[in-house]
Amino acid sequence: MTIHQLSVFIENKSGTLVKVLKLLKNEGIQLIASTIADTAEYGICRIICSEPTRAYDVLKAAGVAVSLADVFAIELDDEPGRAADAIEIFAEAGISIAYLYSFLLRGKGVLVFRTDNAQAAADAIKSHGLKSIPESDLYKLV
Amino acid sequence: MIWNHTKECMSREQMRDLQGRRLHKIVEYVYHNVPFYRNKLQQAGITPDDIETIDDIVRLPFTTKQDLRDNYPFGLQAAPMSEIIRIHASSGTTGNPTIVGYTRKDVGVWSECMARCLTAYGISRDDIFSVAYGYGLFTGGLGVHYGVENLGAAVVPASTGNTEKHVRLLRDLGVTGIACTPSYALHLAETMERMGVSRNDIRLRVGAFGAEPWTENMRREIEDKLGLKAYNLYGLSEIMGPCVSYECSEQDDSHICEDHYFPEIVDPETLERRPNGDVGELVFTTLTKTGMPLLRYRTRDLCTLRDDPCPCGRTAVRMGRILGRSDDMLIIRGINVFPSQIESVILSMPECAPHYRLIIDRVDNLDRLTVQVEVRQEFWANGFDTLTPITDLEKTVAARLRSVLSINAVVQIKAPGTLERFEGKAKIIQDNRKLD
Repeated sequence: MTIHQLSVFIENKSGTLVKVLKLLKNEGIQLIASTIADTAEYGICRIICSEPTRAYDVLKAAGVAVSLADVFAIELDDEPGRAADAIEIFAEAGISIAYLYSFLLRGKGVLVFRTDNAQAAADAIKSHGLKSIPESDLYKLV
Repeated sequence: MIWNHTKECMSREQMRDLQGRRLHKIVEYVYHNVPFYRNKLQQAGITPDDIETIDDIVRLPFTTKQDLRDNYPFGLQAAPMSEIIRIHASSGTTGNPTIVGYTRKDVGVWSECMARCLTAYGISRDDIFSVAYGYGLFTGGLGVHYGVENLGAAVVPASTGNTEKHVRLLRDLGVTGIACTPSYALHLAETMERMGVSRNDIRLRVGAFGAEPWTENMRREIEDKLGLKAYNLYGLSEIMGPCVSYECSEQDDSHICEDHYFPEIVDPETLERRPNGDVGELVFTTLTKTGMPLLRYRTRDLCTLRDDPCPCGRTAVRMGRILGRSDDMLIIRGINVFPSQIESVILSMPECAPHYRLIIDRVDNLDRLTVQVEVRQEFWANGFDTLTPITDLEKTVAARLRSVLSINAVVQIKAPGTLERFEGKAKIIQDNRKLD
């Protein structure tokens, strides 16, 4: 029910992010979504991309501190309030969210999040009829 | 085994009494025989009769390495040359070398103290003991040599150099004990390996190592390669030479021959005496020396002292491992901080690599210490999905630093290989404070 996300540690100095993105570019790997969580000294760049496992190998081989995380991706209708409804479901089920971001893709809203209680999240998604996006479908949307 | 029960195991009360009497005598002696000290004591308004107990030592002036240089060569010597039977000189890489003259009595005290060290290591008159410190102006070779003879073991004056011949002697004579620098011990092990001599071919059982800083890792490596038990031997030529302190079988800090060398820990900045347990500069007063007695000589070595009884039966004060040099001390928010304390915290954490930077800034008139530390590749290799492991590590390092230094430091975790490497003495400290 989850998809792969790259988590890349980057130091907060010029050139580090571009190094990572160029490595992916050279391999013809396309970014679907990305976000950076930062502190003063460094950040974590989270990336959804085509061919995540190959991207992981490429970055790893280049000495980049990268990990592959399993995250949930929920498809929502592109209209106001849908994200609030979805998150309310998790809140009521007592599922805490470590991080979350969203983006629009081909007229659909995509909500990506990570929780430490993956089983409860999977149950909540099923029982409330939320639409979890399989990894293969996500790439087709591109 | 204990060489001198009376002196090594006397009650703290008796020891203080003995030290007080000896201190009074030595102050009287230098007052009448060393113009340098007479002037200093007079300037401080002290006469020898003011010194009654060992606690009065805090009234005495300090002596520094610079004082020895300024009075080169014999200005601090108390005994007439007719009484001096040996002269050692320490290497003077900057300025004059330090000259130390010994009377017959001094050489006797040295041999006595050295016999205490060797006995604590388990050496007896049945042993064959090789001295692989350099013989010559350096105090290591002859100092240990006389101690081995005093003890009654057979001394092999191997000195340094011609290491292959030394290895053959170790093997063929069945040498059981050795004294040298820890780095020479490792060189010896490498030479053995090259010659195809294994630790099973030799009978070394005890090693006494000192005269340069060494780590627990080096200790284990030496013990493993030479098949012996490695003990610490501390000393400095200004005070006597090797024999000032030694480890017993407990190997829990080093016992000081404090009936001859009185130790104090002082704050390197204020020069106030610090209680046992505090880190500070080690200061020695020679209580019985007659050639060149020194009052409150500042060693620049940083360590702690403790006087709790040792399971070995000795009651003498013990000194901890040398943590660094007082010249490196930083004062941050009025608190003395030694880079070596920070280093020991970093080295104690398996996640951290031994690469770090200390940056001191003044922000809103307050000092701020920033500690940048690289993490090990192993910690890094699996990557991170959240910043939690890194911020947690920063918090752990900061908490440990706070408990050791009593100040809050900003800890910044760095990726492996990102801190600049320096050749030789690392410029790990960056003090940005502009103090007018």
